[in-house]
Order: sequence, then C-alpha cells, then structure tokens
Amino acid sequence: MTDVALVIGTSKGLFLARSVDRRRWELTGPHLPIQEVYAVAIDTRTRKAGRPPRILVGASSSHFGPSVSTSDDLGATWEEPDAAPIAFDADTGAALERVWQLTPGPENRPDVVYAGVEPHALFRSEDGGRGFTLERGLWDHPHREKWMPGGGGGAVHTVLPDPVDTRRMVVAMSAGGVYITEDGGASWRPRNTGIRAPFLPDDQYPEFGQCVHKVARNPHRPDQFFAQNHHGVYRSDDGGRSWSSIADGLPADFGFPIVAHPRRAGVVYTFPLEADVRRWPPKGRAAVYRSEDAGVSWTACADGLPSQNCYVSVLRDAMWCDDADPAGVYVGTRSGAVFASPDEGESWVTVAEHLPGVLCVRAAVVE
Amino acid sequence: MRVTVRVPAVLRADCGDQAALVFDLDGEATLAGLFSKIAVVYPRLERRIRDERGEIRRYVNVYINGTESRHCGGMKASLDEGAVVQIIPSVAGG
Repeated sequence: MTDVALVIGTSKGLFLARSVDRRRWELTGPHLPIQEVYAVAIDTRTRKAGRPPRILVGASSSHFGPSVSTSDDLGATWEEPDAAPIAFDADTGAALERVWQLTPGPENRPDVVYAGVEPHALFRSEDGGRGFTLERGLWDHPHREKWMPGGGGGAVHTVLPDPVDTRRMVVAMSAGGVYITEDGGASWRPRNTGIRAPFLPDDQYPEFGQCVHKVARNPHRPDQFFAQNHHGVYRSDDGGRSWSSIADGLPADFGFPIVAHPRRAGVVYTFPLEADVRRWPPKGRAAVYRSEDAGVSWTACADGLPSQNCYVSVLRDAMWCDDADPAGVYVGTRSGAVFASPDEGESWVTVAEHLPGVLCVRAAVVE
Repeated sequence: MRVTVRVPAVLRADCGDQAALVFDLDGEATLAGLFSKIAVVYPRLERRIRDERGEIRRYVNVYINGTESRHCGGMKASLDEGAVVQIIPSVAGG
C-alpha cells in the first residue's frame, strides 16, 4: 500500500486528504481557515534526511495580507515566522500581493525553495521556505514594466528549476510569457517564439507578452516543455527557443493547467475548456486529456468524472501528478470538487465535494 | 507618552493573546512611530496591519480616539498622551 497525501488549497483555507489506495480518502480541514491558498508544495527532498515531507503553503488573508506557513508533520501543526517570509525590499516600492507558486529547488540544493509572486517577481529561500529574498535579476529586467496582469493578476505563476543544472530555470507569467535564466538568475531572456498572442492588435508573435497559463517540464528531457496558453497548447523541444502547437486532437485549445508525468517521458495531462468566453468543459462533460507521445495525440480520460451538466473550470495549479507508481492524477474545480485517479487517468474517484473553490492541489507519497 | 492599542480577537494570537497593548513612546509620537515600535515587539501583528511599505492594509481600519486614521493624517497622525488606538477589521468579503 502507498500512503499518499493530497494538499488542497482553496479560496477559504487548506484541506488535506490521505489515502493508502487513492480510492478512499480521509479529509481534514479547513486548516488556515478563511485564507486564500494559491500556492502549496510538498517538499519530498526531506526523505533523504529521514524526515517526513515538508508542506509549504502560500496563503493570503483578504484582511491581513499574504504569508507562507510550513508543516513538518503533514499538517498536524503549522509554523509561520514572525518576520514576513516574503517581503519586497524598501527600494522597490512594491508590496507583496499574493504568493502564486512555491517550488522546491533541485535535489542537490535541499534547502532552496522558490516563490513566484504577485506583483511579477521571483523570490528564493535558502532555509527551506521560511525566509525568502527577492531575485533582483528578474525584478530589474527591462521588460518588467511592460508585463501586463492577466485576469487573476500580474504574477510569476510558474517556476521550473532545472533538475540538474542549478544555473538554469524557467519562469512563466501572465501576461509576460516564458523567461529563462542560464546564469543562476542574474539575467533572463524571453522564450516565446512560436506562441501566438491573438489578443494583440498587430504583431501576434511578439518577443514577450504572451498569456501563458502554465508550463510543465518533461522530467526526463529537461529541455522539453509543455505550455497551456490563454489560446493554444504548445511544446518546445529546445529549452523554449521555439514552440509548436500540440493542440490538434484536443477538443479546445483553451484551459489553464498542464502537468507532466513524473516518470514517463512525454506523458502530459491537460483539462481543456470550451473557449475563452465559455470557460467550462466542452459539451458540459468533464475530461482530463492525456497524451503519451508529447502532445502528438490525445486521449480523453473521463471515467468517473461528471459526464453531463458539468460547467466547472480547473485553474492553473489545480491539477497534479503524485510520485507513486502508477502515478495518481488529481483535479480540483472552482466549484469545490476534487477528483483523483489512482491509475494515471484511466478512472476517477471523488475525493471531496462542496469545498470552497479549489485553487491548487499537490500530492505525494508520504510513507 | 503612553498609548493603548486595542487588538481584535482575531489578531490576539500574534501578540500573546492580549486584548490591549500599552506602549511608551518617546518625543513627538505619531502613528508611524507606534507601528515601528509594534514591529519590534510583535512583528507578526504589525505585518497583519501594514504591508512592507508601511501602508495600512485595505481591509483593516485603525482608529485614533475614535477617528479613522485615514481621515486624520494616516501614519503621520499625532498621538497624544493616553491615546487609544483601535485595530478593527472591516466588514468585507464573501
């Protein structure tokens, strides 16, 4: 049996679920009640030190602002530093609005954690996520003043450290596009060639400014990326230098999440929505779409998902794969339902219903 | 100069479960000076009320002797001996 923890961030707090078969789940919460939880992470690098995974949560109170909390006992207790874990330096004139992404660093840097935040910025922690420092290279980028906020706000919502080369990292933001550093964050270059921005009046293939919703990396090919954009689904095989559409075979090219399988190269999941102006599953039938050939072809995975009158959406971080074998796949909806697949998408069970709107999910083997 | 800060129940965990805090301020006392002192003693309480620019968060109201501080000088507002500063979360949200 595999003990899996599922961390569910919602618009009104955090919920945790545990299962040993990924079909029957025990739910607890709300933890951190009445806080918007846009970012969660399960840092499993602690296993090497014989410790349980650390849960990191980026939560915001509409009254009392954003913060980061951590738990080293799978949610039994929580710690939050007295000093603000993430705060802009005084000379920036900026204030943290929201933590959008918490990403553990490479395996060989077990204390490094990255945070993507609103306004558009990247922070780095050297102490496992308790305190963060602004990454000046991205903040000082000359493009920053031209990055536009997406509907949810102007944020770095995707952070993808290279699993091997600690100098390399990809970030993505709405609506700025994909950027890469190859020198540890000192300098950043846009990597959006081939991604169309149909919401722009003239040049619809700009150097930057694309509304990328999520980017995932093939863990076995660090230079292969998948991107779900505001319009379009893309793949890059050259570290983001060029992108090609992989939307053929999907019922729609609009959506928010895209997730790569943690072990099977070229297996990727997305959740298409009908269109920008019709943000629900095509024909009112929920379906995760899975590709096993890096986006060349797609298969609907819908057994156990709502098959009619389903008008939900799934946000950019509300889909995830755990690290079990076979991998579990998880989807949370804005209407408060969470679904789990214990068999890589072949079948689905309902983990929870009637929660507050789900903003993010993460899952991992914990024992 | 002695100033009392009344803390709402929802924030008392950030200041040792106290409903009222008493601070002695030196010289010409302002609301900014008070919050600088709160930040030293109870940093988590201070950052619940102000962001890192020192601005009061949108849905938090700070009253000085019954007057909302945004209407009497904001962070520059003067505090007199015996002033009572109330922290009151606004009624907002859904």
